Amino acid sequence: MKYIDEYRDASNARRIADEIRRVTTGPHAIMEVCGGQTHAIVKFGIDELLPPAIELIHGPGCPVCVTPVELIDKAIAIARQPDAVFCSFGDMLRVPGSRDDLFRAKASGADVRIVYSPLDALNLAKNNPGKQVVFFAVGFETTAPANALAVFQAHQSNIENFSILCSHVLVPPAMEAILSSPDCRVNGFLAAGHVCTIMGYTEYEPLAKKYNVPIVVTGFEPLDILHGVLLCVRQLEEGRAEVENQYARSVSREGNRHAQRLIETVYQIAPRGWRGIGTIARSGLALRPPFDRYDAERRFDVSEIVAHESEDCISGLVLRGVKKPRECPAFGTRCTPDHPLGAPMVSGEGACAAYYRYKQSEPAVLAGPCA
Amino acid sequence: MCLAVPGEILSIDEGDPILRKARVSFGGMVKEVSLALLPEASEGQYVLVHAGVGISIVNDAEAERIFDYLDQLGELEESGGASS
Repeated sequence: MKYIDEYRDASNARRIADEIRRVTTGPHAIMEVCGGQTHAIVKFGIDELLPPAIELIHGPGCPVCVTPVELIDKAIAIARQPDAVFCSFGDMLRVPGSRDDLFRAKASGADVRIVYSPLDALNLAKNNPGKQVVFFAVGFETTAPANALAVFQAHQSNIENFSILCSHVLVPPAMEAILSSPDCRVNGFLAAGHVCTIMGYTEYEPLAKKYNVPIVVTGFEPLDILHGVLLCVRQLEEGRAEVENQYARSVSREGNRHAQRLIETVYQIAPRGWRGIGTIARSGLALRPPFDRYDAERRFDVSEIVAHESEDCISGLVLRGVKKPRECPAFGTRCTPDHPLGAPMVSGEGACAAYYRYKQSEPAVLAGPCA
Repeated sequence: MCLAVPGEILSIDEGDPILRKARVSFGGMVKEVSLALLPEASEGQYVLVHAGVGISIVNDAEAERIFDYLDQLGELEESGGASS
């Protein structure tokens, strides 16, 4: 498929890997921020193409993984309300709450549905006026405009039986939390390309300067990631700390202004709890008036829910790049995709799920000519 | 969650800008996509689609730049200017 297959060509990937080896004196620790990039790295064996002096650290870029347990518990409580239809992307269904997950709630009779778009959930509300349709609005800056669009359209059409359970998180505050942590060992970042598609990359420029780290906006295909690593390594080797854009076919410096305006219209900046990390100031989005009438936490009485988190799960350390999934004593034994202790083992972007799925077999593509 | 896939715009249903939508082909699989955030998108262009919403237009020239760069690397290798 155009703009995918040609970026998975094995010979081109090896050519960039050779160039990385040529320019590296290292050592360098580079964090990829997006869970989609983590999965591509592990699936295609990109980490194994790199010289030993380069370590890829997996960051907190899985919005499913960082959604607080309390919000999963609230989602389950809402889904179990009579006449409620609870809609979500598929990733969220197996994420463990304090005692249960949405999949088990569905199995026990709750009307939980997987949708492809928040606009599908809005259509469900239009077509089922006797039901309360709730969408689990989880995601980074990439997903915020799609969810904002659903709320805006609901407001414009005066649809009263639609609401969202809001768990939006923002990437730059999380990167700053990592950089300012005493255990930070990150020398450079591959910034999440699709986040920058929306927000551009001006927000990263003060971060690169303040913490003296190169930040390379990077795409998701193997060639993109290797090229992003090369650009980052070149900066590190030359002592530069700038923001560069590897993913220029989809990202401009200013981003998508229409999307930004919609986000600013519907949401306001808010503190947000990150699972395994804690609350980060100004790291989330919440609905602003008059759109806050579509806030499911206000519509349903779930304010008293108190969460309990498994003490066996080290997802906070994995999400901050302090530990790799295999360093967890529960990995692959007490914690598996069928019986997860934490979200990183079940999310489509979770680092633990990537290691469980791909690190026990041969890399998918770069061993062969093309996929 | 942040997965976005490029697809080709086959046709556009104009109207209220906030409801603007298109039929988009993803390697032959056709889906309806909102173009509310891409008012400048037109038929035949490739757009990056996330959660049912087009979020950017794929820039052909920028897409080619990495392959131009790879060609330059190849020329360097052939002339002995780079080694692995």
